[in-house]
Amino acid sequence: MATYNTSEFRKGLKVQLDGEPYLMIECFFVKPGKGQALYKCKLKNLIRNTVIDRTYKSGDTIEAADIEEIDAQFLYRQGDQFVFMDNNTFEQYELTKDQVDEAWKYLKEGMPCTMLLFNGKPISVTPPNHVVLKVEYCEPGARGNTATNVTKPCTVETGAEIIVPAFVEIGDLIKVDTRTGEYIERVKAE
Amino acid sequence: MSWGRAPDDFRPTANWEVLRLRAELLRVIRQFFDERQFLEVETPILSADTVVDRHLDPFWTADVNRPADITPQTRLYFLQTSPEFGMKRLLAAGSPKAIYQISRVFRRGECGPLHNPEFTLVEWYRVGDDYHTGMDLLAELCEVLFGRGRPRIYTYGEVFTRFVGIDPYSAAADQLRQRAEALGVAYPASLSLEDRDGWLDLLFTEKVQPHLGQEEPVIICDYPASQAALAIVRKGPPSVAERFELFVNGIELANGYHELRDPEELRQRITTANAQRTREGKSPLPPTNRLLQAMEVGLPACVGVALGFDRVVMIRAGANSIREVLAFPFDRA
Repeated sequence: MATYNTSEFRKGLKVQLDGEPYLMIECFFVKPGKGQALYKCKLKNLIRNTVIDRTYKSGDTIEAADIEEIDAQFLYRQGDQFVFMDNNTFEQYELTKDQVDEAWKYLKEGMPCTMLLFNGKPISVTPPNHVVLKVEYCEPGARGNTATNVTKPCTVETGAEIIVPAFVEIGDLIKVDTRTGEYIERVKAE
Repeated sequence: MSWGRAPDDFRPTANWEVLRLRAELLRVIRQFFDERQFLEVETPILSADTVVDRHLDPFWTADVNRPADITPQTRLYFLQTSPEFGMKRLLAAGSPKAIYQISRVFRRGECGPLHNPEFTLVEWYRVGDDYHTGMDLLAELCEVLFGRGRPRIYTYGEVFTRFVGIDPYSAAADQLRQRAEALGVAYPASLSLEDRDGWLDLLFTEKVQPHLGQEEPVIICDYPASQAALAIVRKGPPSVAERFELFVNGIELANGYHELRDPEELRQRITTANAQRTREGKSPLPPTNRLLQAMEVGLPACVGVALGFDRVVMIRAGANSIREVLAFPFDRA
């Protein structure tokens, strides 16, 4: 099994602790001039998204995680199962709603995504940073109100609720930032 | 554009204002020592001798054409982790009583917001200084560099007891571990109870150092005897190392010794350090060197101090990372 030793520690390293994959999101080197070097790391669990703190001393090792990032597309949803396809091998993967996490809000059939595989099994999926979604339902807004600081919830075609300015209407196409879940702008139909 | 490097990799990470400040601070330091009749010296950066310290890893090279020509008999040369050996050899050989050097030094594996494997050290020695006059001189330089008053002096025991709640000179490793747990300090699973100094370093780094020198610069003295490095141990109880460090804004800036002069003691410390290195999977370093020879002849009583110049620039420039004060840090070197 491949391992990383402390001299290879850096942000972005994918490692394995207690059988689960982690991403090193921070690694802070501290060392007294005449003393023990310490590596203070923040590690994000790639399955549960929780962040843990771990401190290592020079010479320690962590197991490398077999993580692969693939280009995939979302095929369809069946109940709580989300089905994706690897764009290169055409292999299909099923993810649960838990695994898909917040991404379900943005997934439209045929949408390109990035998928992480841990030991060959999918663990998470990331939609494009910006997606365009159709508004299925919202309360009518006051006509002529173009202020963006008056907001209301709307339901989009995926079933997710997005906060939008009051002027957005049913049938509108809106651009959403998937990293924050925030409305960006209204777009014209292509 | 080759090797997949970013196209702007050639550019400095420090801005011109900071690079000018570097130059100005070098002048200030030279003036400080020149006014006090110190002689500026230069000793080899590449040497067959090297400091043997458990936690310092030198870069090494060999005088051969190809790596394949290195045999077990090949003499290795070490990039100096500090100019200590060369400068003490000068003192033993009867140099003027006060010498200083501003040199590049190298420490493998040290890379972080406060570390670059190649950095600039200001090192000085003055014959005739004792522990206290040695600290006084460092305090004077600190005043000149930062204009934040004269550093207050505390012992390692005082500050450790205050912030960790246990006496560092007498506490056993398992008591230190209990303090770490009580204070919520994350510690390496591999840190063993045989390694008392490792626990002291962990607690000092995490719980003491961040408080040091926040309002005014401080000098910490009387390190635990087990952390003497090349300093004299003053018999106790408790026995302590006559070693002191300067801290400003929680950053360790300088390390000074009331210098060890006994070659037999140095030999023993080298043997101990090499045994620790071997246990930790590091290669031992040459056990003999010309400093031992020089000490046999006689090193005059003196105090020596090394100051991390890049960190001085960082504090003066308000920088958060050493990258902001180096023209080209290691990944762009």
